[in-house]
Amino acid sequence: MPKTLFDKIWDAHAVNVIEGGPTQLYIDRHYCHEVTSPQAFDGLRRRGLRVFRPGRTVCSPDHNIPTKNQDKPIADSVSRNQVETLNRNAAEFGLDIFGIGHERNGIIHVIGPENGLTLPGYTIVCGDSHTSTHGAFGAVAFGIGTSEVEMVLASQCILQPKPKSMRITVDGHLRPGVTAKDVALYIISRMTTSGATGYFVEYAGEVVHDMSMEERMTLCNLSIEMGARGGMVAPDETTFAYLNGRDFAPKDDKWDEAVAYWRTLPTDDDAVFDAEVRFDAADIEPRVTFGTNPGMGIGISEVVPRNPGENDAERAGYTRALRYMGFEEGEKITGTRVDYVFVGSCTNGRFEDFRLFAEMVKGRKKAPGVIVWLVPGSRRVLGQIRSAGLDRIFAEAGFELREPGCSACLAMNDDKVAPGRLCVSTSNRNFEGRQGPGSRTILAGVPVAAAAALTGYITDPRTL
Amino acid sequence: MPLPVENVDTDQIIPARFLKATSREGFGDNLFRDWRFDKEGNKIDSFVLNDPRYSGSILIAGKNFGSGSSREHAAWAIHDYGFRVVVSSFFADIHKNNELNNFVLPVVVSDEFLKELFDTVFASPGSQICVNLPDQTITNLSTGHMEHFDINPYKKHCLLNGLDDISYLLSRKDDTEDYERKAKHY
Repeated sequence: MPKTLFDKIWDAHAVNVIEGGPTQLYIDRHYCHEVTSPQAFDGLRRRGLRVFRPGRTVCSPDHNIPTKNQDKPIADSVSRNQVETLNRNAAEFGLDIFGIGHERNGIIHVIGPENGLTLPGYTIVCGDSHTSTHGAFGAVAFGIGTSEVEMVLASQCILQPKPKSMRITVDGHLRPGVTAKDVALYIISRMTTSGATGYFVEYAGEVVHDMSMEERMTLCNLSIEMGARGGMVAPDETTFAYLNGRDFAPKDDKWDEAVAYWRTLPTDDDAVFDAEVRFDAADIEPRVTFGTNPGMGIGISEVVPRNPGENDAERAGYTRALRYMGFEEGEKITGTRVDYVFVGSCTNGRFEDFRLFAEMVKGRKKAPGVIVWLVPGSRRVLGQIRSAGLDRIFAEAGFELREPGCSACLAMNDDKVAPGRLCVSTSNRNFEGRQGPGSRTILAGVPVAAAAALTGYITDPRTL
Repeated sequence: MPLPVENVDTDQIIPARFLKATSREGFGDNLFRDWRFDKEGNKIDSFVLNDPRYSGSILIAGKNFGSGSSREHAAWAIHDYGFRVVVSSFFADIHKNNELNNFVLPVVVSDEFLKELFDTVFASPGSQICVNLPDQTITNLSTGHMEHFDINPYKKHCLLNGLDDISYLLSRKDDTEDYERKAKHY
């Protein structure tokens, strides 16, 4: 029977299927950070349990950590406590942890792939909804709640009903200046924030095939924002080239065996998906959000749409969003004054993102009056930035490079956007108050962020 | 408790700054924190949770409840505040699962039934709603209208018996070890 990539991996990991209930799914890799794990470890202690398979969990504090002075103790006591709790739990239960300052430390969804810990055909979970990022490698990767973190630690399995499958195909070739982030934002604006709820998505088509691994990670990262359980791309030569030689990837004979297996994973020709959606690259230009969820977005050349609400509740929600953001229907988005720019996060915090930013700002200067945070997704990415001399380009242009962490994506550490202020952010969520109480967020790709950093306004990067 | 807002994301249910706790207790205090209290900590009277006319352990919410971040803390906050049922016409997946794992029952009803619930409760704040888990029905006692709701049979069994996924998984360790012996590893 022809199977999809998702089916093949899911079925290969089903330990038991409960009658009328969920599947007991074996988890190959569990990533663990400091925010969603404390109560899970407490639960283990309460039950008198050890971690069943310690070697399959990897820990890295990322949400709470400051992005400056990482060699000093964390100033905020609550943050410090949460990070120290993870350190203590990892030590007590015998888990690998890449703590602050460790050469492998960084945002959990950045360090996994770059260290070869995320592999095709794997089932991967983490107490974080952007776990879908790892799907870029042809893994079934998804976010879970703290109770499920406890389940994985206790039994290396979770209970999960099998989601439906959806294939999203993007045909054609990207126009100049359009990035994977724009493709993702375009898809979400067409699908809405609940359009893929209940589905596990596979991304396909020329545009996806042509993407680098980092671009595929950006694309898969945002799957949750349209409600999908996860998003994945079939492993191919691009995937194998990226993984070959990575520290924790299989080596020698094991590598050859693994690649032979991975080649059997892509969706069979006549496999059937529960839903199929197609988009054309010709319709995609650089995108920005204007509202308070990732689906409320437009092309940068467009104007804020008229209220599309079909009933009182929808209309009220839209009106509220526009009021919060300070936009009017019909208003052009370009020309909006920007207070902050954030380049980083598990969405766009990798080397290629900073390389693109450097290309755009080289020989130019940061606009006065804009606060810009350049936050590499990991210590390794920071090293790559320095080796490539990008740090000199940033310094000459007046930009400050920070240390790795989740930073301004969500106001859990020092990097917060002040109330009422507007931030163009390469992260993944623009909910009310996401980057700080009363803060306003515009999601965008690296070129739009660079253009805003250089001009102080939302600017079409293609005009620079 | 009627909350006629759609697309309530988990950042609103429990803002990120409250995720720093290392235990499960006390999250109810921060449920819908930035809608209940202003920056100085004063109650925002217009918000329904602060309106003394409305109470009860059933939260009625607009569609797409619980979107965004996977934070299970949102379900803990809802439970800790005192809600045992959330009624909506649509729930985001991860949050729905989190509720089920934390003894809060998510009940999915039709848009029409939901609208009628809001109309009933706003017209008469003391209105009663009956949720019967064994029968899988929800009844608007003022209008007499009833709807059947779906729930995964395994989750229903767990909720009704106060059971826990972890005890179940621990009981299947032999199967897991069997699986590990047979599965491909690399």
